[in-house]
Formats: sequence, C-alpha cells, structure tokens
Amino acid sequence: MAKKANPPLSRRAWITTTSGVIAAGLIKTQVDAVKIAAQEAATPAQDPTKVPGRLTSELGQRAPAEQPLRLVRSPNLSSSSRTPLQDLYGIITPADLHFERHHAGIPNIVQEEHELLIHGMVERPMVFKMADLKRYPQTSRIRFVECSGNGGGAYNRDRMPTEVTPQSLDGLLSTSEWTGVLLSTILREVGIRNGASWILAEGSDAAVMSRSVPLEKAMDDAMLAYGQNGEAIRPEQGYPVRLLLPGWEGNAQVKWLRRIEVTDRPTMTREETSKYTDPLKGGRARQFSFVMDAKSLITFPAFPYQLPDRGWWEIKGLAWSGRGKITRVDVSTDGGSSWTPAELQGPILSKSTVRFRHLWDWDGRETHILSRAVDETGYVQPTVHQLWDARGERTSYHQNHQRAWKIASDGAVTFGLGDLV
Amino acid sequence: MKRLSVLMVSVLFTGCGQADLPVTTSDVLPTEVADRLPLSSPRTFGFGGEATDERIAMWDIDVKPDGEGLPSGSGTVAQGKLVYETQCIACHGATGTEGPFDRLVGTGPWEEWPSARVVGAYWPYATTLFDYIVKAMPQLTPGTLTADQTYAVIAYVLNMNGLVADDAVMDATTLPAVEMPGRDRFVPDDRKGGPEVR
Ligand code: HEC
Repeated sequence: MAKKANPPLSRRAWITTTSGVIAAGLIKTQVDAVKIAAQEAATPAQDPTKVPGRLTSELGQRAPAEQPLRLVRSPNLSSSSRTPLQDLYGIITPADLHFERHHAGIPNIVQEEHELLIHGMVERPMVFKMADLKRYPQTSRIRFVECSGNGGGAYNRDRMPTEVTPQSLDGLLSTSEWTGVLLSTILREVGIRNGASWILAEGSDAAVMSRSVPLEKAMDDAMLAYGQNGEAIRPEQGYPVRLLLPGWEGNAQVKWLRRIEVTDRPTMTREETSKYTDPLKGGRARQFSFVMDAKSLITFPAFPYQLPDRGWWEIKGLAWSGRGKITRVDVSTDGGSSWTPAELQGPILSKSTVRFRHLWDWDGRETHILSRAVDETGYVQPTVHQLWDARGERTSYHQNHQRAWKIASDGAVTFGLGDLV
Repeated sequence: MKRLSVLMVSVLFTGCGQADLPVTTSDVLPTEVADRLPLSSPRTFGFGGEATDERIAMWDIDVKPDGEGLPSGSGTVAQGKLVYETQCIACHGATGTEGPFDRLVGTGPWEEWPSARVVGAYWPYATTLFDYIVKAMPQLTPGTLTADQTYAVIAYVLNMNGLVADDAVMDATTLPAVEMPGRDRFVPDDRKGGPEVR
C-alpha cells in the first residue's frame, strides 16, 4: 500500500495559541501544554494524529455525537421513560438508559440508613441493613426486566399507529447484569413457617408501591439486587435494593425495597387489582399474570429509518422469554408467508434478551418484515389474531404478539401490517 | 482466543465459500451459578438484627382483603365529602370523573378502556382503597390522612359509585363487607406454559 503523503500540519494554529498562552504565562508544565493542545483538538476539523489527545479522567463520557436518550412522554410523578432499543448494540442496556416506571417519583434514599424488614409467617423477624445483605453469598446474572404494559399501543384497532419507533413501542424493556443475594438465602435465614404461600413486597417510595408474590417464586430465582452492570443499582432502578423476579412483569419487582411480609394469601393491592390485570373475553379479568411470554422485535430496519438502496441489509433485533431460553427466532421478509430461522448470537441466557440477525437481499419492492420468537417450552410468539382470539381485543397488558415493519418501495419503514391485519 | 485464531486462519486459507464461514450460533455458553446457596453454607449466617414488635408495627400498615390490618376509627359519607373536596378534588374532579388524574367513579361497561376500569366497575375488594389511599394519596402529601379521614373519604368514594348508602359508616368491620361488583370477574393466571397461546 502506498504511503500517504503527510497531511499539512496545522502548525499555525498551534503556534499562535501556544505562544499566546506561553506569553500569558499559562503554560508552566507539560501537562498544561497538553491540556491546551487538547482543547484545540476538540475542534473536530483538526487531524487527530497531529494534536495530542485528551488526558485520562475519573469518569468517562460518551462520544459527543453518540447521545442516546430515554424517551420521556409526559413527565409526571407516576410515569415512565423508554430505552432507545434502536440505538443499542448487544444485549446489555447501559444503566443510565434502563427504562423507568415509577408511581410516585424516585425516592432519595441514604444507603447507610436504609433497612429491609422481613416479618410475618417467619421464625425470626429480622431487619437488614445494606451492609448485612452484602455480607451474604453474592450472585450475578443477566436478566431482562420488562413492564407488562410494554407494547400496549401496538395493533389497537381504534388507533393503529404507524409512526412508532422500537423505543416508543417496546422501550419498556431493558437487560442488565444484576448482582445481589438470592431471596431464598435470606428467607432461609428468617425461617419460613408452615402454611406460608405468598409474600408482600413493599417499596420505600412515596407510593409505598407493593405487590404480592407467590412464595414459590421467592424461593426459586428471586434476588435482592443491589448491583447493576457492575456498579451500585441506579436510583431509578431501586437504589439501594430492589426485588428482582427473573422473567416476571416489571411492576412486581418492587424497587427501593423496605419490607417483605410472609403471608398465606395475597394482599390484593391496587397494582394487582385495578392495574396489571388483563381483561379477557366473557367479562373476566386475569390476575397475577406474572410471567412475560416469549416475544421478539426487529430493531433494524425500523421507523423512522429509510433504506437508501436495495441490496444486502442485516435485519437485527432482540428476542426474550420469561419462561426460559429462546431457542429460535424466525424472520419473514414477505409479510408472514414464509419464515427463515435467524441467527442467534450468544450468549443465549435464560430470561435474558438474545440478539438475532438475518441477512436479507432486498429487491426494492414493497413488503413487510416480521419476527417471531420460540422459547424452550415450545411457545411460539403469536400473531395479533391468535392473541385476540385467546383474550379478546380489549386486552392491554402482556401484548407480546408479532411486530411487523412495512418497507415501502422508496425504502421508508413504518410500523404495522397495514391491510394485512 | 486460540479457537478464534484457528477459525480466522481457516477462513483465510479456504477462501470465501459459505460452507467455510465459522458458525457462531452454537457458541459455548458460560454456565450460570445455580439458584442455590454454596453447599458449604452454615445453617444460618446471623447477619442482620432482630425486628422488634414496635418496629414491625411501625411499617406493617397494609390491609388484607378480609380486613386484617385495618386500624380502629371510622368515617361517614358526609365527613368524606369534606375530605374529598379539600384533599382530592383538584386531581380527581368534582364527581370523580373529570380528572385530570384517574377516574374514581365509574359503573359503565368495564371492558371499555380507559373509561370504566375503576372502583365501581372493576375493583374486587373495598379494602384495597384503604391499603392504597393510606400509603399513596393525596399524591403530593401521601401518608398524611388520619384513619378517620381515610375511612370517611372511602365512604364518600364508594357512595359516589353507588356502592354504599348516604348514611353509611366505614370502619374495620363495614369496609371489608362492602360488596364490590368487580369481585367475581377475576381469575388467577390460567396460562400453563408450553405451546398454548392464552
Ligand atoms: C396531586 C394530585 C392528586 C391528589 C390531590 C389525589 N390524587 Fe389520587 N391519584 C392521583 C394520581 C396521579 C393517581 C394515579 C397514580 C398511579 O397510577 O400511579 C391517583 C390514583 C388514585 C386512586 C386509584 C385509582 C384507580 O382506579 O386505580 C385512588 C383510589 C385515589 N387516587 C384516591 C385519592 C383520594 C381519596 C384522594 C384525596 C384524599 C386523592 N386521590 C388525591 C393524583 C392525586
């Protein structure tokens, strides 16, 4: 390869600024000189190989041009923000982009003062400080958390949306490596009395948000999580400690956890009666529908992207199941007539998001692309019609049906199956 | 590392035929730590302190559907109207339907979202009102209502929904006995896992 001619050094700028500050007596050490040169380098037009770069720092920052943001629709005390799924790589959600759902804002908690009370049908009612909890055997695992209201706006017959992004549609989904102590370890410590079958988990926020959870889950893989992606759990995610119920709806995974009461029946809190229950056909409503069924979403190409030309494109997305591992994701590029297994990218972990990808040679004609996830229980992500048949059209939580993107002949991508629904 | 370099070499030397591309879907996965304690764990660790009865009483404010946890005290519909008009009306409206926040009154077809999934049509237990209001309402000054005020405002909300009479008194005995129209609608999760879509 021919050696490139040296680009002209921007000596003039260097000399003027440097000599200027030397004259002003500002450069005393080499570090001063580097700092000043680095300020110059912040002008992107300069050749970065000809100017010394920025110094080390105590806290890193994103590249100026890379500023993914959560989507905040209507900021108020009981509201949510959504993860920019289309802007992320891999499966881990950066902690500061994890979706939020609070019912009375984010409480300001001093970890040294925070206590977790466990009482009720136990042998030894106990109070744990954070230092106590952290002394118990520690475990970490990668798990998704999804709000059961995620995707609630998809395929609503009354208002079929087309201009939605992966973030605005399904951004109440995030995946983290969570660290903490298994709840079963702590329940073993307090000793469960005979006849107990539920717990009530209660938060230390201004809604004292509380949910009943079957003891079976508490003794299975539930965790008291105080770490998130290698650092202390973020205030938005429940600092200093939250309940983590792998694969279950986000609302039950009570944040800012301050109390667990072991009981023999559910408490029937507002969030498990008025909310987070699923209307069914025939005037009934499903309660305690904790598990998140298998689901997938193509995050690229998606609205508002426009494919600039025909040819090879890699369809990319995420799949996840609250019942275990994803075993297959099928992709259709012809509106659901035919399906091809996509490639799954490891690690394929239980109750975690998994990346899938599918190389597609677009011929430039209008079509719809879809994905459908299959999990290790044999469950296949249903079509919207299968879901309506099973639950009726008024169901609003747990909308895990197949998502579709329309590709117009000019490459414009919009959400939905259009007339195919 | 070693496996990776072998793969790269084989791709380099065998050309670009599809059959020679390294397959990534069957990557070996790290085994996760089992959901259990280390086998060497003692019977108990002893980290953490004893919770005294006073301590438990301070935080144990939830109310169960049979009324367990309800404090003593009482309130009438008339008293509740006063509480409502000073503490709730700004957010829930004069008749409990105007908003700007959640409707507290509704007896229409409860399937119609969002109009009627409210107390009068949907809520299965009246005790939930106590559990929720005493913890979370009024939204900007939560936890400030006395037991009497809470019983009273619940009596008023239930009365607006046509569920209790104008002279009703709510207390630890009468509140759990209120018949809620939504009560029999609820079925526990009947999804069983496996291939079935439910
Ligand atoms: C500052 C505004 C505000 C005030 C004042 C207020 N509320 Fe609320 N209330 C809300 C909001 C917002 C919600 C929904 C919260 C959520 O979904 O997390 C709510 C929800 C409720 C609900 C649950 C409704 C449902 O169907 O799930 C009840 C019951 C309720 N409030 C009762 C009261 C009572 C009684 C008072 C007066 C003592 C009161 N509120 C005062 C804002 C307010």
